[in-house]
Amino acid sequence: MSTPTTTDAESLIENLDRKGPMHHFHNAVHKYPWISPAIVLLVAVIIFGLINERFWPISNLSLITQQVSIVGALAVAQTLVILTAGIDLSVGAVAVLSSMVMAKTAAEQGVPGPIALLLGFAVGAAAGALNGFLITKLRLPPFIVTLGTLSIFMAVTLIYATGRTINRDKMGEAADILLWLGNPLQVGSFKITYGVVMMILLYVFFSWVLKNTAWGKHVYAVGDDPAAASLAGIRVNRVLFSVYLVGGIVLAIAGWIAIGRVGSASPTILPDANLESITAVVISGTSLFGGRGTMFGTLIGAILVGVVSNGLVLAGLDQAYKVLAIGILVIVSVALDQWIRKVRS
Amino acid sequence: MDSKGSIMSDLSSVRPVVEAKGLIKTFGRVVGLNSANLELYPGEVLAVIGDNGAGKSTLIKCISGAETPDSGQILIDGNEVSFKSSLDARAFGIETVYQTLAVAPALDIASNLYLGREKRKSGILGSVFRKLDHSGMRTTAKEQMTKLGIGTLQDMSQAVETLSGGQRQAVSVARAEAFGSKVVILDEPTAALGVRESNQVLKMIELMRDRGLPIILISHNMPQVFEVADRIHVQRLGSRAAVVTPQTHTMNDAVAIMTGALKVDEKDQALGPVRVPASA
Repeated sequence: MSTPTTTDAESLIENLDRKGPMHHFHNAVHKYPWISPAIVLLVAVIIFGLINERFWPISNLSLITQQVSIVGALAVAQTLVILTAGIDLSVGAVAVLSSMVMAKTAAEQGVPGPIALLLGFAVGAAAGALNGFLITKLRLPPFIVTLGTLSIFMAVTLIYATGRTINRDKMGEAADILLWLGNPLQVGSFKITYGVVMMILLYVFFSWVLKNTAWGKHVYAVGDDPAAASLAGIRVNRVLFSVYLVGGIVLAIAGWIAIGRVGSASPTILPDANLESITAVVISGTSLFGGRGTMFGTLIGAILVGVVSNGLVLAGLDQAYKVLAIGILVIVSVALDQWIRKVRS
Repeated sequence: MDSKGSIMSDLSSVRPVVEAKGLIKTFGRVVGLNSANLELYPGEVLAVIGDNGAGKSTLIKCISGAETPDSGQILIDGNEVSFKSSLDARAFGIETVYQTLAVAPALDIASNLYLGREKRKSGILGSVFRKLDHSGMRTTAKEQMTKLGIGTLQDMSQAVETLSGGQRQAVSVARAEAFGSKVVILDEPTAALGVRESNQVLKMIELMRDRGLPIILISHNMPQVFEVADRIHVQRLGSRAAVVTPQTHTMNDAVAIMTGALKVDEKDQALGPVRVPASA
C-alpha cells in the first residue's frame, strides 16, 4: 500500500495526464485519424450549402461522387504507398498511360475490349513494378524514383499517343467495355456511375485486406519501422515491391474509370491528379511518415477534395481559390498529424 | 565441493543445445572472432560479457544467423547447421530480443506478437480469403503475456506505442518466448530501460528458464548478469577467455578476466553444465 502523499501526487499527475477534453480528443483522433477530416468535411458541406443553394440538389451531390471517382481510385494506390512511408508522384501518369494503352490497342490494333483492358492492367502493373524495382533494388528514395518515372510515363504516353485523343467512335466494339464504367446507375434519386461503384469496391476491398490479412499488417509494419519489421522476419523489400505492383494495377483501374468518366482516352487528362490524390491521403489522417492511416479515411479525404473543388466553383470563385484551399488543407493536415504523433506513452 | 562434483558428473552426459566451435569471422583486416567457442546447455542462462570489440556481438550474430562465420561450426543439438539469415535461425527455434525495442509502434500488442507469423482463420476464410484470426491471436497473446508475469496488460488490441519502454520490451520477450522453441537470445535487453523495468525483464528471463528454455544473455550490466546467470562466458579479443559462475567468481574477477588482468585455469572454469534443467 502506498502512503497517502504519494497517492495524492499520483492522482494529481494522473489528472494532469488524463483529464481535459483536449486529451480525449487527442486520444480519439489518435485511434481514429479520420475523425478530423470527417469534421472538416461536415463543416465544408454546411458552409457550401449555406452560401449556395445549388450545392444541395441531389444532381450536384451525384456529380461530386462522379468527380471524386478518379481521384478516389488513385488515392487507394497512393494510400498503400504512403502507408509504407513512401510517396508516389507518378499515380496520374500511370493511370493515363494505362488508359491510353487500353484505348489505343482497341482503336488501332483492333484488340477485343477485354484483352485491351487486360493489356492496360498489365501496363499499370509493369509501371508499378518498375517503381518498386527502383525503390527496393536500387534503394532510391520513392520521392526521387516516382518524380523521375512521372516524367518518363508522361513522355511515353505522349509519344505513344502521338498527342491525340481517342474518343468513343475510334474504339469500335471495345467501346462498350472500355466506357462501361461511365454508364449511369440510378440509386434511389442518386445518379451515380459504375465508375463510382468500382471506386467504392476498391475501398471496401483494400480496407478489408489491410485489416484482415498478414500482408496488410506487414504494410503497416514496414511503414511504421522497417528495421523492426525486418527483425520480426518480414521481408521488407518484398512487401514494398508488392505495394507498388498492386498499386500499379489499381492505377490502371483508375485509368479505366477515367475513360468512362471523360468518354475518351487522352494523354493530357488528369493534370491535377497527382497532387489531389496525395492531398486526399494526407488530409485523411494518414501519416506521410508511414504506418498510420486507413482506407476509410482516404475516402473521406477524397470526398473532401471533391466537395471543396465543387463548392468553390459553385460559389463562383476562380480556379485559383480551389488550389489555394487544397494547399491550406494539406498543411493543416500535416501539422495535425505531427501533433497526433506526438504521443505520450 | 564433493556434492558439486557429483552434480557435475551427473550432468557430464548432457549435450549442449547450442555449440559454437572455432568460429572465425573477419571484417576486412579486423578480426571479429578468433577461433571462438561457446556452449549453451539445456535450461540454463548463459551470460556473455566482454569489453567493446571483444567479439560478443559478432559471436551472437553468428548464432542468431545475422552474420555468417568465415569458418568454424555451429551445432544445434549436436547437428551442424549453417544459417544464411536470421530467418534460418528462427526455423531452428532460435529467437532474438534486441535492445532497440524492435516492435512496430502503431500496431497492437497481438499483431506485434505475431508479426511475420500471423495466424489465419481455419477453413475457407483463412485458406482462400487469407483472413487473420484476430480473436485467436489476441487470446493466445494474452495467455503468453500472463504466463510471463505481465498480466497487467489487459487489452491486446492496444497499440504498442501506448506502452512504456519496459512493456514494449516485454512484448518482444513474449514474442521470442512464444516462438523460440530452442533458445532465446537477449542482446542487451535492458540497455534502454529503467531500473524497475529492467527488473521486470530479469524476472521474465527467470520465468523462461524455469520453464526449461535455455537463454543467452548479452549484457554490460554486471549486477544483472550476476543476478540471473548460471554461467558467465567472458569474451576477450575475439575468443573465449573463461567461463565462470557467480558462485566461484566475483564481479571484480569477471572484469579482470575481461581486461586480461586475470587468467583462470581451465579446471577452475565452469565449462560444463551447472544447472539441472527444469524439465529434467
